[in-house]
Amino acid sequence: MTVAIIDSGGSNLRSVAKSIDRLNKSYVITDIADEIMKASFVILPGVGSAKNVMSELKKKNLVDVINNLKQPVLGICIGMQILFEYSAEGNTKCLGLIEGDIQKFDKSTDLKVPQMGWNKVTFSDQKLKKFNNYYYFANSYYSATQKHTTATSEYGDIFTSVVEKNNFLGCQFHPEKSSEAGEYFLQYFFQKS
Amino acid sequence: MITRRVIPCLDVRDGKVVKGVQFKNHKIVGSIVDLARKYSTEGADELVFYDISASTVGATVKKEWVSKISDVINIPFCVAGGIKSIDDARSILNLGADKISINTPALENPKLINQLSNEFGSQCVVIGMDIKTVDNKDYLFAKTGNETTAHSTGINAMEWIKEVQDLGAGEVVINSMNKDGMRNGYDIKLLKKLSSVCNLPMIASGGAGCKEDFINVFKGTNVDGALAASIFHSGEYSISQIKSSLVEKKINIRI
Repeated sequence: MTVAIIDSGGSNLRSVAKSIDRLNKSYVITDIADEIMKASFVILPGVGSAKNVMSELKKKNLVDVINNLKQPVLGICIGMQILFEYSAEGNTKCLGLIEGDIQKFDKSTDLKVPQMGWNKVTFSDQKLKKFNNYYYFANSYYSATQKHTTATSEYGDIFTSVVEKNNFLGCQFHPEKSSEAGEYFLQYFFQKS
Repeated sequence: MITRRVIPCLDVRDGKVVKGVQFKNHKIVGSIVDLARKYSTEGADELVFYDISASTVGATVKKEWVSKISDVINIPFCVAGGIKSIDDARSILNLGADKISINTPALENPKLINQLSNEFGSQCVVIGMDIKTVDNKDYLFAKTGNETTAHSTGINAMEWIKEVQDLGAGEVVINSMNKDGMRNGYDIKLLKKLSSVCNLPMIASGGAGCKEDFINVFKGTNVDGALAASIFHSGEYSISQIKSSLVEKKINIRI
C-alpha cells in the first residue's frame, strides 16, 4: 500500500510526508500521473495560493488525473480549497469536484486575517464526534458551510473545516501540524477504501 | 473561535539553544531537538527558532537543524534569523518550517515582504519587530542579535506595522526591548497601542517572568499569542502549568 503525495509545487511536502511516515505507511512524493493513479491513497497538499497550485497542476497535466481518481483522496488546506469549483484567491477556476466557492475572510470586520492558530473543529455526524478537537489552521480563504460539509469551525462566521464527497475528503486545517489530533484524523482517512 | 497561543522561543547559536538578558551574555540552555520535543509534548501551540548567529554576521541560518525539528515535532514552527531572499525562505520552508520570520532584512528591503507573501502565501510570512520605547516613542531596532551591531533605525513602530500589513505580512511578533529578559511582565502599553492599528495576528514577546504575566497579557490586550523563553528554559514553569492557569481564568486556550 502506497500513499501518493502530489507534488503541486508548493513547499512543506516534507511535513506531510513525515506525518505519513509516523503512521508507518510508505509514501511517494510525486507528480507522475501513473504513480498517483496506482497509489492506494492520494494526498493533495497545498501551501501558497490556489492560483499557483492550480497552474502547477495544469502545467503537469494532473487535473484530469486527479478528477478521475477513485481511491480515497485527501486535500489539505489549499489542497481542500481547489476541490471546489472556484476560489476568489487570484480569481481561480478550481477542480470542480465539490460544488461551491472559496471566499476571503472579511477584513472589514475586526477579524484578523489570516486565521492563524488552533481552532475547534466540530463534526456533525455522531459517529465522527470522537474527532472533535483543536486543529491547526493558517488560512485567509474559506468555504462557507454547504451540503458536503462534515465538520465546522468558527472564525467570524461558521465555516467548513472538513468536507467530504464520494472519495474526496478535504480539511481546511493542517493535520500534519495538529499534534495527536491530526494524527488521529489521518488515521480516519487511511481507514477509508 | 481560535485559541490564544503559548509559544516558547528558542534562540539558537551554533546549533545550541542559548538565552541572554536584553540580547547579550548568552548562555547555552540545551539541544535544539531535545527542547523542541519537550515543549511540543508539554502542549506548546507552536515554536519559534531564532538563529541569532545568522542575523548579525550576515549568514543564512544553517539548515540541518530545521529538518531535524520537523522530524521530531508535529506542531507548527517558525524559523527566524538571516533570511534575506526568496531562496533562503524556500529552503527553510522546504525543510519543514511552517513560517519564516524576518526582521532586519524587511527593514532594509520592505519589498521582500511582498515578494515572500506572493511566493509562499501571507501565512508563511512573519515580521519580527524589536522595539525600544524612548521618550514615549517606539522605534524599530535592527541587527539585535548582537549588542555590538544593534542600532535604532529611527522607524516608528506604528508606521511600520501599517506598512508591513499593506505589503502582505501574515503575522507580527512584537518584542519589547525594554522588557526583554527583565521578567517583569509583557509591555501591555506598547501592545495595546500597536494592536489598535493592526489587523494581523499579533504575538507578544519580551518580559514573561511568571504565570500572571501570561494572564495579564491575554486579559489586557487582544494579542493572539505570547512568546517566552527563559521562563520555560529555566524549568520554573512547564507549558502545561501556564496553560492550565490561563484556562482557570477563562482564557480560550487549547488543552
